[in-house]
Amino acid sequence: MIRSTGLQFQYPQGPLLHFPDVEVKQGSVLLLSGPSGCGKSTWLALAAALVAPGAGELVVAGQALHALNGAVADAWRARTLGFLPQRLHLSEALTVFQNLAMAQWASGRPQDRVAIQTALEALGVSDLAHRRPAQLSGGQAQRVALARAVLMQPQVLLADEPTASLDDEAAADAVQLLLQTAARQHATLVIATHDARVARLIPPDAQGQPGFETLRLVRPAMAGGVA
Amino acid sequence: MRALAFAWRYLWSRPLGTTLNIVLLSLGLSSMAFLLLVAHQLNQAFERDLAGIDAVVGAKGSPMQLILSGVFHIDVPPGNVRLKAVRDLERNPLIAQVIPLSLGDNLQGFRIVGTTAAYATHYGASLAQGRMWDAPMQVVVGAQAAKKLGLSVGSSFSGSHGLGAGGHAHGDQRYTVVGILAPGGNVLDRLLLTDLASVWQVHEPPAAPAAHDHGDEAEGADHDHAAEHEAAESQSDSDAAREVTMALVQYKTPLAAMSFPRWVNTTTDMQAASPAVEISRLLKMLGLGTDVLRAFAGVLLLTAALSVFIALLSAVRERRGDLALLRMLGAPPARIAGLLLLEAAWLGLLAAVAGLALGQCFAYALAWGLQLDNSLLIGGTVWPGVLWVVPGLALLVSVGAALLPAWGAYRVSVLELLQSR
Repeated sequence: MIRSTGLQFQYPQGPLLHFPDVEVKQGSVLLLSGPSGCGKSTWLALAAALVAPGAGELVVAGQALHALNGAVADAWRARTLGFLPQRLHLSEALTVFQNLAMAQWASGRPQDRVAIQTALEALGVSDLAHRRPAQLSGGQAQRVALARAVLMQPQVLLADEPTASLDDEAAADAVQLLLQTAARQHATLVIATHDARVARLIPPDAQGQPGFETLRLVRPAMAGGVA
Repeated sequence: MRALAFAWRYLWSRPLGTTLNIVLLSLGLSSMAFLLLVAHQLNQAFERDLAGIDAVVGAKGSPMQLILSGVFHIDVPPGNVRLKAVRDLERNPLIAQVIPLSLGDNLQGFRIVGTTAAYATHYGASLAQGRMWDAPMQVVVGAQAAKKLGLSVGSSFSGSHGLGAGGHAHGDQRYTVVGILAPGGNVLDRLLLTDLASVWQVHEPPAAPAAHDHGDEAEGADHDHAAEHEAAESQSDSDAAREVTMALVQYKTPLAAMSFPRWVNTTTDMQAASPAVEISRLLKMLGLGTDVLRAFAGVLLLTAALSVFIALLSAVRERRGDLALLRMLGAPPARIAGLLLLEAAWLGLLAAVAGLALGQCFAYALAWGLQLDNSLLIGGTVWPGVLWVVPGLALLVSVGAALLPAWGAYRVSVLELLQSR
C-alpha cells in the first residue's frame, strides 16, 4: 500500500513541488501520470526513500519513509521495492542469469539459483539465462529486467515509463506483463508514465470501475507563483 | 566471494583496456622485480665468494682490481708479489690464515689457480670425485668448469697462457685431473685448482725443477741428512725468487682491520685491499645505474597508474546507470565502491603475477648471459623477502588509482537513473 498526505519537496533553487494526496491499497495499481518536468521522477525518488520529503507524510508498504535514511533506507529498499527502469540497465558484462544474481548481491542476500530460475521462468525467459543482454530483443530484455525487479518478491513494484518507445502492440504486451507479474506477487504496482495509452490498457475491475488509482501531476507554477 | 566474481567479469568486459593496463603495470613491476632480484643475487654472490676473506694482499695498483681478480676471478690481477713477502705475513700476530693464489693460465677461459689446499677448505668445498692434489701438475676441477670442459678424473690437458681463452699453449707441461669438486654455488665452481708449484713449474725455466731432482737423486743413509738440507736450501733459495699473484688473508681479530692494511701499504711493496670496502664502492658505482633503472620503473608505474585511473574513471562513467540501479536495488554506496576497488585489485594482482614472472625471466636471462662469460654466478629462481614489495606496489598503484573513481561510484546518484530520459 501507498499513502501520502500533504507531500512536498523542493530541490535547492528549484520550485516547490506539491503532490496530491493518494491512497493505494496493497495489490492495486497506481498510474503516475503527467507531462515531463511535473515531478514524476521526484515522486518515485520519494517513494523509494532516495530523498526525504520536505513536508507531509508518505507511507509505503506500511513504512513511514521520513524516518528512513542512509543504510536503513537501502535495506528497506532492498526488502520492499522492485524497480523497472526505463532504460533497462542490464549489465553487458554479465549474462542474464548473472544480472539477476547481481541484484541478489546488491540487496545483500545470499545467491539463490532457484529463485533466479523461477523468476526467469515466470516471465518465459529462462532459456535465455546464459545470453548477454546484447543478444536479447527489446521485449526479451524488458522481461529479463522485470524478472530482476520482482526477483526479491517486493511489495511495491515501480515501473518507470515502461511503454516509452514501444509500438502499440508491444506497449499492450508490456502493460499486461506488468499487471500479471504484480498480481502474481500481490505487489502494489506504480507505473510512472506520460503515455496516455497506458490508462486504456489497464482493464476495469469487476464493478466496472477503472482498475487503477490515478495520481495526475501538473507542472508547478514558476517560482513566486503560489504563496 | 560473489563480489570478486562480479568484479572479475566487469574487468574483462573491456578486454583490450584491461590487457593494456596489465601490460603497462607489469612492465613497471617487472623492472622493479628485476632490480630487486639482481641486487639480491649480486649481494648473495658477493657474500658467498667473500666467505670471510678480510683482506687481499697483492701487487700495488688498483685495490678494486685486486679484489675482483683475487676473490671473484672476474678481472686481471695487478701483478705479482714475492712468495717470501706473503709467507712473512703469516708470522704477523694479527693474521689467522694466509692463502696464496697464483694466477696466469687458463683452460678455455676457466682459470687455473695455483694455491694450497687451504683455499678449497676455506670455501668448505667437498670432492664429488677423486681426491685433492698431492703433487704439482695435478688439478682439482670446480663443478661448473668440469661440466663445461668435459673433464673427468684422469683427463689431462695443457693450459694456455693468460687469463682469458686463447693465449699460447704450454704444450710441454700437461696437467692431470685428480678430483672434481661438488657444486658449491661459489667461485670455486668455475676454477681449476692446482698446487702453487704447478704454476712455477709451467712458467719457470726447467733449471729450478732440476735442482729439486738433484735432491731426489741423492741416495743412501749417509746422504739423507745432506740431501734434505740441500733440498730445503734449494727450496728456500727458489722461494726467495718465486712469486705468487696475491694472498687472501683472514684476520684473527676484527681490530686487525684498523692496522694491518696500513702496515702492509706503508712497510711493504705490496698493498692490502679490503673486499668489504671495495665492494661497497663497486655497488655505489652500480648504484647510479640502478637508480636510473629504478626511476625508469617508477615512471612506467606512474604511467600505468594514470592509465588505470582513466580506465576506471571511464568505466564508472559508462556504468553510472548500472551502478545507480544497484543502489536502487538496495546496495549501500560502500558496496558499489567496493566493487570497483575489487576490480582494481584484480588488475593489480594479475599485473603483479605477470610482473614477477617477467622480472624472474629477465633475471634468469641476465644470469644465463653471465654464466656464458664464466662470470659471477647468479641465477636460479629465488624469492627474497624484499620481493613482496612488488605485489604490494601493484596493489598500492592499482587500488590507489581506483580511489577517485571509487569515490565517484560511491556518490552515484540514483536520481539520475530516474531522470535519464
